[in-house]
Amino acid sequence: MQKEITVALVGNPNCGKTSLFNALTGLNHKVSNFAGTTVEKKTGETKLSAGVKAQIIDLPGTYSLYPKSADELVTYEILRNKAESNYPDLVIFIADASNLKRNLLLFSQVADLGVPIILCLNMMDVAERKGIQYDLKLLEKELGVPIFAINARKQEGIDNIKSALLNDKLRITAQYYNLDHVNAQMLDEVCKATDKRNKYAALQFAINASSLLSEKAQRIIKIFEKYSFDTRKFQEDEILSRYHIIETTVSNARLKNTSQLKNSLTHKVDEILTHRYWGIGIFLVLLLLVFQAMYSWSSYPMEFVEYIFGLISNYIETQMPKGILNDLMVHGILAGLSGVMIFLPQIIILFLFIAILEDVGYMARVGFMMDRIMRPFGMNGKSIVPLISGMACAVPSIMASRNIENKKERLITILVTPLMSCSARLPVYTLLIGMLIPDTAKWGPFNVHGLVLMVMYLIGFVAAIFSAWIFKFFIKQKQKNYFIMELPSYKMPVFSNLMITLYEKSGAFVWGAGKIIVAVSVVLWVLASTGPQGNIAKVEQKFASTINNDTLPETVREEAKLQMNSQKLEASYAGEFGKMIEPAIRPLGFDWKIGIALLTSLAAREVFVGTMSTIYSVNDDGGEETFSNIKTKMQAEINSQTGKPSYSLATILSLMIFYAFALQCMSTIAVVKKETHSNKWPIIQFVYMTVLAYASSFLVFTIFS
Amino acid sequence: MNLTELKFGQKAIIERVTDDDLSLKLFEMGLLPGETIMLENVAPFGDPIAVLLSESKICIRLQDAASVQIKPID
Repeated sequence: MQKEITVALVGNPNCGKTSLFNALTGLNHKVSNFAGTTVEKKTGETKLSAGVKAQIIDLPGTYSLYPKSADELVTYEILRNKAESNYPDLVIFIADASNLKRNLLLFSQVADLGVPIILCLNMMDVAERKGIQYDLKLLEKELGVPIFAINARKQEGIDNIKSALLNDKLRITAQYYNLDHVNAQMLDEVCKATDKRNKYAALQFAINASSLLSEKAQRIIKIFEKYSFDTRKFQEDEILSRYHIIETTVSNARLKNTSQLKNSLTHKVDEILTHRYWGIGIFLVLLLLVFQAMYSWSSYPMEFVEYIFGLISNYIETQMPKGILNDLMVHGILAGLSGVMIFLPQIIILFLFIAILEDVGYMARVGFMMDRIMRPFGMNGKSIVPLISGMACAVPSIMASRNIENKKERLITILVTPLMSCSARLPVYTLLIGMLIPDTAKWGPFNVHGLVLMVMYLIGFVAAIFSAWIFKFFIKQKQKNYFIMELPSYKMPVFSNLMITLYEKSGAFVWGAGKIIVAVSVVLWVLASTGPQGNIAKVEQKFASTINNDTLPETVREEAKLQMNSQKLEASYAGEFGKMIEPAIRPLGFDWKIGIALLTSLAAREVFVGTMSTIYSVNDDGGEETFSNIKTKMQAEINSQTGKPSYSLATILSLMIFYAFALQCMSTIAVVKKETHSNKWPIIQFVYMTVLAYASSFLVFTIFS
Repeated sequence: MNLTELKFGQKAIIERVTDDDLSLKLFEMGLLPGETIMLENVAPFGDPIAVLLSESKICIRLQDAASVQIKPID
């Protein structure tokens, strides 16, 4: 029979925990919720021997078991409840050997909860370069738990950990901090009130409960008052005592320590990258390079994706029996999918750059440099990470705001992050920019497309900052706000880590967007090819004589066919829908066709392009659909009322601004609801972004027309 | 003397943290009494600052750094 053990990975931020998790589980992992809670866990499986598997849970990095931010709370929630079915059989604690003293603070707290624990010392090479060396045998003896030296980034020492997980003799608990100075009677009462036997676990839970004002808080606060127990004083004493115990233990096992405060390589790099005057300039240049790369590297892979979709549609169209199913596949689903999948190369490049910037440690520096700028807008330096990664996708970015301690600053960050132009807007922008400017246009060494795109990203950023400033006045402040953040030393990015991140993120995009697009395409195709009261058949009848008349010249018949298709779409249910909302969007310069696209892309922005493909493909007979084809068709479209092109400069700009600001993303709404534990904030967010989008589009359209 | 008064490259010993709300967070991050500290970088606009501790580098706003009392070495 298969045996399974549950193992939790715990450690400080930046200790190499994710590298170890990846090394242990490879691609074999998933993110899910703990049963019945909103606490999210990242788990993976690893096979230890023929009959034993380990379920590995990756917990967010934290500095202590007294959580100060939402991500630290996740780690605490999982470690505090022994009754929980996912409670680990064993904790693997990963410590950065070059920063051992501080890492062992959390280690000793976790061990004192009474959970079996093994200690992995990571980055021994970094420590050695700093001039620190340990006698691991002696350290093991002093700490009383098994110790393993590993190099998670190089995947060294992983097998030793795996065999240690199999060895029941290594399930050892240890105790470091003793509670003799705390009133024993009070401890008994606290244990009873919290249903815990382990005294430290009980007291620690009680202190957190009293400050987090959870359901048990009142009873616990009363006990603390009765014994006039000062929780802050206790915590301060606990931390300092633990450091004292650790210092004694560690100094015995330290072979040498020639480390002294000196300017390291990291310092030299920081002198340049975070320079007081040009640090922010370097950051902006880096961003510009990212966008240029996104543009110039992606053209061949994009053509390739387009080519593949062309082949598939062609194959299906010619090989499958003609009829409704064939039509649905080619003009419904494939047209919709190819419209978006073609952007996968650009999205992958963007994800890749953001992952590299995070992995090397540069993102923390950006936070450091931007803190002062973010502060007047009700955010702090840590908000910059969600905002920057919001350029890839708002969903993981909103989750990345969990490390912001102050609730108000975190909420504001969550509310404005979706204004950053995400990768789902890329297809929309690219299509629209392409209609204004030829692909080959250059301005100096730069591609004009890339520059306009960068302007769109800047507009998103400015809108985010401005909205944050408004929210600052409406959201009440309860906590003290501070900004204290570690700047990790620079590291070389690890290829396998980057690939795993890319695989996960682009996979999520393909499946997430794919599902919605297929569903929307099918519905749209049905609505666009059927109409009320046989209206479509009437249109066909009207043109039948002209089209079937062999004596007329080919050009006249083609023209008639085009007109028929456009009138057919107008007569369809989709056309009716579009017309219904047309009065509301006419002030923005949008016609009913754009109206259809606005409705369908309410769930996800990228559907806009898919919808356009479907609409203009339904409008057409045969021939494979390509991206450039849609662009040409849209450009050629003439508004039947004005006789001018449907897509004028004013309409295109207005459309771009609308997509920049409107919250057309179901996934974002869902994640905001989850992260804020409320319905109120996602509703407020949806309303303010829609109002902003409508008002700005109206303004832009009025100015340019 | 407090942490905001430290000059580039100058070393000091941390004596205590006067702000009770901040002290726990700072201690947990390794900025605690008895540790040696050195000013390494200053962000644009002069705030926040990045300080080097024996094992790590931490950034902190001037307003928070003002509560860290230090004694310069030399």
